Amino acid sequence: MAISKNKEVLRIATAGSVDDGKSTLIGRLLYETNSITTDKLLAIEESSRRKGLGYTDLSLLTDGLVAEREQGITIDVAHIYFSTPRRKFIIADTPGHVEYTRNMVTGASNADVSIVLVDARNGLAEQTHRHLYISHLLKVPRVIVCVNKMDLVDYSEARFNEVVEDFKALLDNETFENLTIDFIPVSSLHGENIANHNKQMSWHKGDHLLNILESIEVHPDSNNKPARFPVQLVIRPKSEDFHDYRGYAGKVASGVFSKGDTVRALPSGLTARIESIDQFEDSLEYAEATQSVTIRLDRDIDVSRGDMLVKDEALIGSKELVSNICWMDNTPLVNGKTYKLQHGINESRVKVSGINYRVETSNLIKDETATELNLNDVGQVTLRSSKPVLVDSYNKNRANGAFILIDEFTNNTVGVGFAG
Amino acid sequence: MKIFDGQFPRELEDEAIYIMREVAAQFERPAILFSGGKDSITLVRLAQKAFYPGKIPFPLLHVDTGHNFPETIAFRDRLAEELGLELIVRYVQDAIDQKKVQEESGKYASRNALQTVTLLDAIEELKFDACLGGARRDEEKARAKERIFSVRDDFGQWDSKKQRPELFDMLNGRINVGENVRVFPISNWTEIDVWNYIREEGLEIPSIYYAHERDIFERDGMIWPDSPFINKSDNEAVSKKVVRFRTVGDMTCTAAVESEAKHIDRVIEEILSATISERGARIDDKRSEAAMEKRKNNGYF
Repeated sequence: MAISKNKEVLRIATAGSVDDGKSTLIGRLLYETNSITTDKLLAIEESSRRKGLGYTDLSLLTDGLVAEREQGITIDVAHIYFSTPRRKFIIADTPGHVEYTRNMVTGASNADVSIVLVDARNGLAEQTHRHLYISHLLKVPRVIVCVNKMDLVDYSEARFNEVVEDFKALLDNETFENLTIDFIPVSSLHGENIANHNKQMSWHKGDHLLNILESIEVHPDSNNKPARFPVQLVIRPKSEDFHDYRGYAGKVASGVFSKGDTVRALPSGLTARIESIDQFEDSLEYAEATQSVTIRLDRDIDVSRGDMLVKDEALIGSKELVSNICWMDNTPLVNGKTYKLQHGINESRVKVSGINYRVETSNLIKDETATELNLNDVGQVTLRSSKPVLVDSYNKNRANGAFILIDEFTNNTVGVGFAG
Repeated sequence: MKIFDGQFPRELEDEAIYIMREVAAQFERPAILFSGGKDSITLVRLAQKAFYPGKIPFPLLHVDTGHNFPETIAFRDRLAEELGLELIVRYVQDAIDQKKVQEESGKYASRNALQTVTLLDAIEELKFDACLGGARRDEEKARAKERIFSVRDDFGQWDSKKQRPELFDMLNGRINVGENVRVFPISNWTEIDVWNYIREEGLEIPSIYYAHERDIFERDGMIWPDSPFINKSDNEAVSKKVVRFRTVGDMTCTAAVESEAKHIDRVIEEILSATISERGARIDDKRSEAAMEKRKNNGYF
């Protein structure tokens, strides 16, 4: 069944220091969009009462693990969902503590927009720097700063402006060039400027949060990116009805593929024309980023899992990768060690050939004497690969510019890299 | 409330198909955990789409507690036959007979927790390295924390503190011998997404999801389906009511809702205006605040 227009999905990552009111903000968004059912609300009211709290602790909605409720902190990413008639929203609620930076990166990796919370009383915190840096590192397209707890500073416009000025001073650093940020004064507790405008802050002329979230463009200009189609599987049914069928199944990473386009298969470099783009029983005229389809070519060329169909000739793959890496494992990244690199669905073996520097994420100072990257560190590393990695620069094409590193002995995902 | 077309975000289907294809590519012996409920029916549809015009490369595995709704079992068998899929059934009763598990007693006796043992035995016996399941993160707060590729140790245990980071859409299914991965392709779907999908795809579902007259009794403010498997007391009288089910678990742990919804548009309208969550009708989740997390730590799925 062909569906012409369907609901969009906006992916949000939230970040903020502990006690900046992240959970309350999320709880408020859910509440205002009628996304909390009565039984869940009753359950957290009951839990709050049992804990001896004098208020309903909305963080109980999102802190799903026993350990989190015991300690009153968020350890791992929770995914939370709500909808308006216009859109579906997925919030990755990420931890605020520095020791869980890797989970913050995990949560932000799919985000279209990052919401950073700041307590109006305290202003910028060390974590604010870190969150901004991570949003920048991951190239999250939009950042919204919610200056929260405005009720506790008498809804003071002057105080809000002070916080905004502090922020702007921070953004002056060349690292944050081209980063644009919306600032909204809010009170999550009282629901002001979350899904309603309020009279207390009539001085604020901008939109409220939900309005902004509803109007942000999803995947802007992803169709203008270079066309990249990583092949997941070759589908060859050899059944009576589909005896000669040979389709390349995959998800378009970026750009657009149309019927009749000439494509080049990498790494072989052989070319062919797209004969059809199949989606179950339908045939499509074109497929764009994020669509899972099966592409058939007009001639048999050698294409298998891990290969990539592209339209331009610029991508040649690279055996030396100078990349920013965020390290996520207790065992540090060290020079000379080999890892498995997974880029999209493709795998290769890499060796660390140099640690160029480590970035102190709270103050952006580069330490060029660093000899290893420890848990939650970010730094620039040079990797040498056993075969060309079909990677784009992350700055130019987010959808084909990142990779993960896997420890060959534990099989754990130990790092994430952003190709330079 | 009016029902619109195009309410299902197709991006979620693309994501789920991508995950299914990764499972086919990264694992040697994957299976779909199939209960005959709406979520696992959705998984089967997604698998059809992921490998079309090829066949679905996974068998279906059903852990049958013996307390299922007969309508669901009939539906399960028919669907597997129509699509030419291998259906593997393992019975909780066998584990009881082998004295591996002990049946609960009392008013709230349920075989729900016992399923885990049969599931883990089946995984070991059939050497499955990946099991695809229809669990969604919106169902329950512990599930909201779980990855799409959820690595389990050789006892099937979930360790929330040792979860692998999952970045962008890169899925790491590498495991050591004995470990297995539970895979949740519709993690990011909500209940209403599933219903909109079923509607827009025109999928058939078991009749118990639609309003029908049924023998019921009331307990703790909930409507329970009457069955020989439930321990009723003398003052719990059976009557007839027009009801439907929002979720399909065992007859001993799934409560019904009063409803007139006889077709999918009405079901969707009801869910859009519901004030009780889907799992609010699951008696097994009400045992404690961490009921789901505890079950998952033990290998439940």
